[in-house]
Amino acid sequence: MSRPGFVLDVDERTPPLLMHQGEGFRLERLPLGAKVIYPPDSLPGIRNVDAAIRHALLNPHGTEPLPELLTPGMRLTIVFDDLSLPLPQMQTPDVRQRIIEQVLEMAAAKGVDDVELIAGNALHRRMTPAELRRTVGDRVFQAFFPEHLKNHDAEDHDNLLHMGKTKHGEDVEINRRAAESDLIVYVNITLTAMSGGSKSVSVGLASYKSLKHHHNVHTLRHSNSFNDPPNSAMHHSYDRMKGVIDDHVKVFTVETTVNNNTFPSSMGFLNKREWEWNVRDQASYVAVKRANELLPAKTRRRIWQSTAAPYGVTGVHAGEQSEVHPLTLENVHRQQLTEVNGQSDVAIYGLPYVCPYNVNSVMNPILVMSLGLGYFFNLYKNKPIVRQGGVAIFYHPVPNEFHPVHHPSYIDFFEEILTESTDPVLLETKYEEQFANDPWYIQLYRNSYAYHGVHPFYMWYWGAHALEHLGDVIFVGGNRKTTSRMGFRSATTLADALEMAKDTVGSSPSITYQHAPPLTLADVR
Amino acid sequence: MILALEYHRSPGRFIAARSLTATKLGGRMSGMIAGNVSPLRLINRQAPELPGEGWTRVTPRLSGICGSDLGLLTGRSSPYLSPMTSMPFVPGHEVVGETQDDLPGMPKGTRVVMDPVLSCVARGTPECRWCASGHQSRCDHITTGRISAGLQTGSCADTGGGWSRQFVAHASQLHAVPDELPDERAVLAEPLACAVHSVRRVKVAPGSTAVIIGAGTVGLLTLLALRELTEVGAVYVVAKHGHQQEKAKALGATAVIEPRKAIRALRRVTAARMHTPEIGGDFLLGGVDVAFECTGGSSGLDTSLRLVRAGGTVVVSGMPNGGVDLTPLWYRELELVGAYCSGADGADFADAIRLAGTAPLDGYVGTTYPLARWREAINHAADAGRLGTVKVAFDPAR
Repeated sequence: MSRPGFVLDVDERTPPLLMHQGEGFRLERLPLGAKVIYPPDSLPGIRNVDAAIRHALLNPHGTEPLPELLTPGMRLTIVFDDLSLPLPQMQTPDVRQRIIEQVLEMAAAKGVDDVELIAGNALHRRMTPAELRRTVGDRVFQAFFPEHLKNHDAEDHDNLLHMGKTKHGEDVEINRRAAESDLIVYVNITLTAMSGGSKSVSVGLASYKSLKHHHNVHTLRHSNSFNDPPNSAMHHSYDRMKGVIDDHVKVFTVETTVNNNTFPSSMGFLNKREWEWNVRDQASYVAVKRANELLPAKTRRRIWQSTAAPYGVTGVHAGEQSEVHPLTLENVHRQQLTEVNGQSDVAIYGLPYVCPYNVNSVMNPILVMSLGLGYFFNLYKNKPIVRQGGVAIFYHPVPNEFHPVHHPSYIDFFEEILTESTDPVLLETKYEEQFANDPWYIQLYRNSYAYHGVHPFYMWYWGAHALEHLGDVIFVGGNRKTTSRMGFRSATTLADALEMAKDTVGSSPSITYQHAPPLTLADVR
Repeated sequence: MILALEYHRSPGRFIAARSLTATKLGGRMSGMIAGNVSPLRLINRQAPELPGEGWTRVTPRLSGICGSDLGLLTGRSSPYLSPMTSMPFVPGHEVVGETQDDLPGMPKGTRVVMDPVLSCVARGTPECRWCASGHQSRCDHITTGRISAGLQTGSCADTGGGWSRQFVAHASQLHAVPDELPDERAVLAEPLACAVHSVRRVKVAPGSTAVIIGAGTVGLLTLLALRELTEVGAVYVVAKHGHQQEKAKALGATAVIEPRKAIRALRRVTAARMHTPEIGGDFLLGGVDVAFECTGGSSGLDTSLRLVRAGGTVVVSGMPNGGVDLTPLWYRELELVGAYCSGADGADFADAIRLAGTAPLDGYVGTTYPLARWREAINHAADAGRLGTVKVAFDPAR
């Protein structure tokens, strides 16, 4: 049995603690009395994943076994989570491949010929053929690509279907092929509590017209947190949309969860608690850190991006989404949830090299903001780990770098829009539509490998709750230009950052460090 | 005898200045190079004689340093112009001064500004087709007549120029300055008349979009003329320096953009598509309706051609130097329009004097230098943008 998560009180015997910092990491000695939130130890993975998948498909929750839903002549659409999940990408074979292969075998056995596979990438960039191949495996890729294995295109208006509106007036518009199918099989990996469930179809296959109803400042500010679905206005919207979708099309959900084996054995020390490092771990730390610092920047990035996690699969559940997702969330909580007593004045987060939107790409400043003030800040239930008006200290170099192919609208957003204001409401009101409907961004989203024009706005909104909650934001090691452009401050060292935070939280603040990755969800009481 | 800055023939110095300023470092030090290498010298010389009837002596009160003057001193101006000059000459064509002789309708002592073009009337030749039709800046006779060759005062050996304590001008060149217009504004009348002319060289449709490349004197005054004389819609200004950005906003720029961001920013505001060639800068499919190139640099013209929509117009307001890739001109069927000095038979100048009195141009002439400190003046003018100055001028009487 793996050990549960816990909160460490830093004392004289506590060794320096590992802190991720973009494409690097360091050991940092925290002030005495600081609290450190650790996740539970990595759960054991399922030994026979294929058998677990088969069991799930044949023994679903709240619906008939999958083979009974498959009939000759039907239209079957298999939708799968795109490359934004999991993070880092998992070692092959990807669990999505394993599920899709079994679903296809069952469909073939039932004489189903009309099968399409769609990556549920919403407004994310298209997956390249190589990325699709890695996700679904060689066999499926060769049999289906390109005619029957595609990326969802949220700007292909002929192939979108407006299904109606929710009782709150929210448009529900999704991929037409999926909407007009007899059955959608959605293949999911739930890495954090925000993913999966009603989000899968209503977001993964949606258009801007539909997404804007929940990807907005108001909703994000009332999602406290978006990793706590019952308290997330965003998830309430997903649930309403799911209701409309369920009236039109049957969805058979297959949800999986993974454990916290985030880094391969060569960097195994990153998965362990620092005081438990053995001599080999300590040597690995020194060697990997030194090598990492000596590498040319491009090589370093390539190595980090090609790092695949040896995740174990901790759960496979299939069937009706409303019955499946609670089981999935239970697994996520089992792996990530740690109880924390009370909030602190200062929260510290070490931001790693990858977020959902820079897989095989560059983590630009907007994505750093989204990762820090969006994803990491919102890794809580009940209350943030930092009090209202407190200070968040992030570790990241925030380099002034953008991927010109993947993030063209991010460049304009950073260079032109943020120079005018960093207020999410103002940006949303004044510029969102302009970026969303810009024909060039749309062209690049559809034909190149660019995120949709509106995507940087969503990233900024992702941090809207934190921006409202926090009194100050400081990046240790952050580029001064990029951090100040975003309205934040940068410090050279933690001591400097705490000195800077004095104005907001005084000279003896309580401090909590949320130790991640591997991911930790703080249940703050 | 008068004190004057004289430019004399010296191919060696011209080429040396051209070579030195061609490098990146040299470009940054162009003011210093111009002051030390160019064939300009401070001398005491005979005052120019009146060429005939209708001419007067003028004593400059202020005489501006123009981008074209700097182009000459740094060796960047085109040799194309050499037949239309006569050596040695005294530069200086942006002048506010006082007449020293009585002219019909203009008594001695009148404060005047000058249209520098030395056209048929001044030269005493039969009027060419352009002068006859009020387009004196296109005069075909600028190398003939009773004075030596010179496209304008400031490049003619016989007239002298503004960078001295006295020169001669023809009545047709002079415009009386209202008493309430101070010298610091009046000296801007000539570049302002050029800006008015450049705006009138094209039909700016109501609501159309324009971009001005460069926010030095020419760029800012072009913006002023666009706002005052047309119903243009959005005007975007590409400006390098902070004070230029502030001044452009004060004159009504819709947005001010840093040069390196120009293509991306204009792509977004015009909802155009941007493409990146294998070699060379990005360009737009779509873009603004009209661009005014006001830097005189080849990169400014190159950028203009890449920013304008198909069928759009590029107005070359700055004296050009260097070559550019004209493929966009061909492929996008653009109109390339030159704009030299002023025109409309004096109407541009009249509007310029009016605007010089009403527009928010305080502080544009920030610094004046005596002729004796000409090296500092040239240095300052070459770095004016970086030093927060719009126009540097000589005060020859000091």
